[in-house]
Amino acid sequence: MANIWVIFKRELAGYFTTPIAYIFIIIFIFLSGIFAFYIGNFFDRGQADLTPFFSFHPWLYLFLIPALAMRLWAEERKGGTIELLLTMPITMPQAVLGKFLAAWAFTAIALALTFPIWISVNYLGEPDNGIILAGYLGSLLMAGAFLAIGSCVSALTRNQVIAFVVSAVICLMFVLSGFPLVLDFFSIWAPEFIVTAISSFSFLTHFEAMSKGVIDLRDIIYFVSLISFWLFANAVLIEYKKAD
Amino acid sequence: MTAMVEISHLTKHFGAFTAVDDVSFKVNKGEVLGFLGPNGAGKSTTMKMITGFLTPDAGTVTVGGDNIANSPVAVKSRIGYLPEGAPLYSDMTPEKFLHFVAEIRGMRGTEKARRVDEVIQKVNLESVVYKPIETLSKGFKRRVGLAQAIIHDPVILILDEPTDGLDPNQKHEVRSLIQSMASEKVIILSTHILEEVDAVCTRAMIIANGKLLADGTPASLAAKSPLHNSVEITIRTDNPDPVNRELEQLNGIKSVEKFKTTDGCVSFRVYSSTEQTPISLVNQLAHDKDWKVENLHVETGRMDDVFRSITTQQKTTQQKVAS
Ligand SMILES: Nc1ncnc2c1ncn2[C@@H]1O[C@H](COP(=O)(O)OP(=O)(O)O)[C@@H](O)[C@H]1O
Ligand SMILES: [Mg+2]
Repeated sequence: MANIWVIFKRELAGYFTTPIAYIFIIIFIFLSGIFAFYIGNFFDRGQADLTPFFSFHPWLYLFLIPALAMRLWAEERKGGTIELLLTMPITMPQAVLGKFLAAWAFTAIALALTFPIWISVNYLGEPDNGIILAGYLGSLLMAGAFLAIGSCVSALTRNQVIAFVVSAVICLMFVLSGFPLVLDFFSIWAPEFIVTAISSFSFLTHFEAMSKGVIDLRDIIYFVSLISFWLFANAVLIEYKKAD
Repeated sequence: MTAMVEISHLTKHFGAFTAVDDVSFKVNKGEVLGFLGPNGAGKSTTMKMITGFLTPDAGTVTVGGDNIANSPVAVKSRIGYLPEGAPLYSDMTPEKFLHFVAEIRGMRGTEKARRVDEVIQKVNLESVVYKPIETLSKGFKRRVGLAQAIIHDPVILILDEPTDGLDPNQKHEVRSLIQSMASEKVIILSTHILEEVDAVCTRAMIIANGKLLADGTPASLAAKSPLHNSVEITIRTDNPDPVNRELEQLNGIKSVEKFKTTDGCVSFRVYSSTEQTPISLVNQLAHDKDWKVENLHVETGRMDDVFRSITTQQKTTQQKVAS
């Protein structure tokens, strides 16, 4: 635990020593605002909730989170510091978790900084703040899943651009598998249970209910097990590919 | 007493290539062991296995009684390691970076602050502690690397090419630092600079193509040189042939080699056919014949000769096997 905390602190502080953190946060807030207000018709809907805001998060995360995660391990490989880190008296799970949690905390900070939108809806109407909280929770969980994929892919290469592209593509598959267009395409010829299986793997399917305020244990389990799986793969891959 | 570091039958393959091939040795406290070998010999790979970065394909690493395969964290906490090229988190300052390493090494509070200060002083980092590491000169970066390696006062210190790429003054500083810690630690360092072995090591190992080819004190390795115990004599003369003949006729002389002629001076090397150096015989002869001796000394042997003959010998035998 103590080791995870030490790694966590270094990583999180690392985001703020470069302009990356600030650029990321500004882009995140800016885009989530644009999406919600202009594309999502936030005002015209005449409803006091944050559904349009949350509904764009999967698409926003699709390129922002791989950009955040790409450096996690690729940078350690490139700079050779992976050798320094992994010869410290720590275990592999501690290293993987420390880094992942720092990136996740960073997204939590970015997400929390969208609070002006929350204040706006409360000013304009009387939203159900429980639903909004559930939406934030769901969004954070989904961000964790994106990040775990990004972290795992980043472990495979010393090239951050490759890490970015590959994890964006994998994330895209996890998003698209719940997209109506894609599901329609499958439902033309595939049996019902296959369509259900495909959509049950999607971030969209599991995030949608949460963004509407329904916290279903199955959705939480889905995201948590997805995160666990990718982080486990992350640790195994580093162990086996350390020398490269 | 068991040795602090015990390596047995260590082997590592990269694909079909064998980078470290059945290497075994023990090192004890007070020893400064130098890995000597050409580039690609397997020095770094061996160190990476001792420090727990790479997992060996065969063989064991035991440090302070713990097998690294069973207790990696215990072993790693006893070792301080400077990887090749001294990789560092370059966006941090030395001060932040050393605090991080101290914390991950289990130090907290005042003890941590004290150790960081001590180590900053020890490697003379005071002037740059608050500058990002990426802006530092190579010499300072190396010192930061050394500082993180010794911050927890480890019993075992493993340094991969600690002086590589440094200027002569910086090299000297690093060597002095190593020597100042030598008595209370096990130090293993790698180098391909032979003078370095003479300067700091109490023991040297020659490694080539992943194999351990020689192991001994620098003096005992140098003694394997064909030059060892030969006598070098320089005489001012215009007519070297009689001198050569007289030297050959001495008792117990194997051969005489005329190896240098410069402005009126001729140098000979006299090889003994026994273990003894023929210096007194040569000296007596020179005295009797009234030669104008410019220089006369016993050759102790040269590490680079030994190094070259051992490492190239191995290459040729390998080529023979291959063909
Ligand atoms: N990760 C790796 N993958 C493939 N080959 C490697 C790897 N690391 C080292 N080697 C090879 O193993 C040999 C020994 O390398 P190394 O231990 O770095 O040598 P040294 O430190 O003595 O110069 C070299 O031929 C090198 O190319
Ligand atoms: Mg090397």
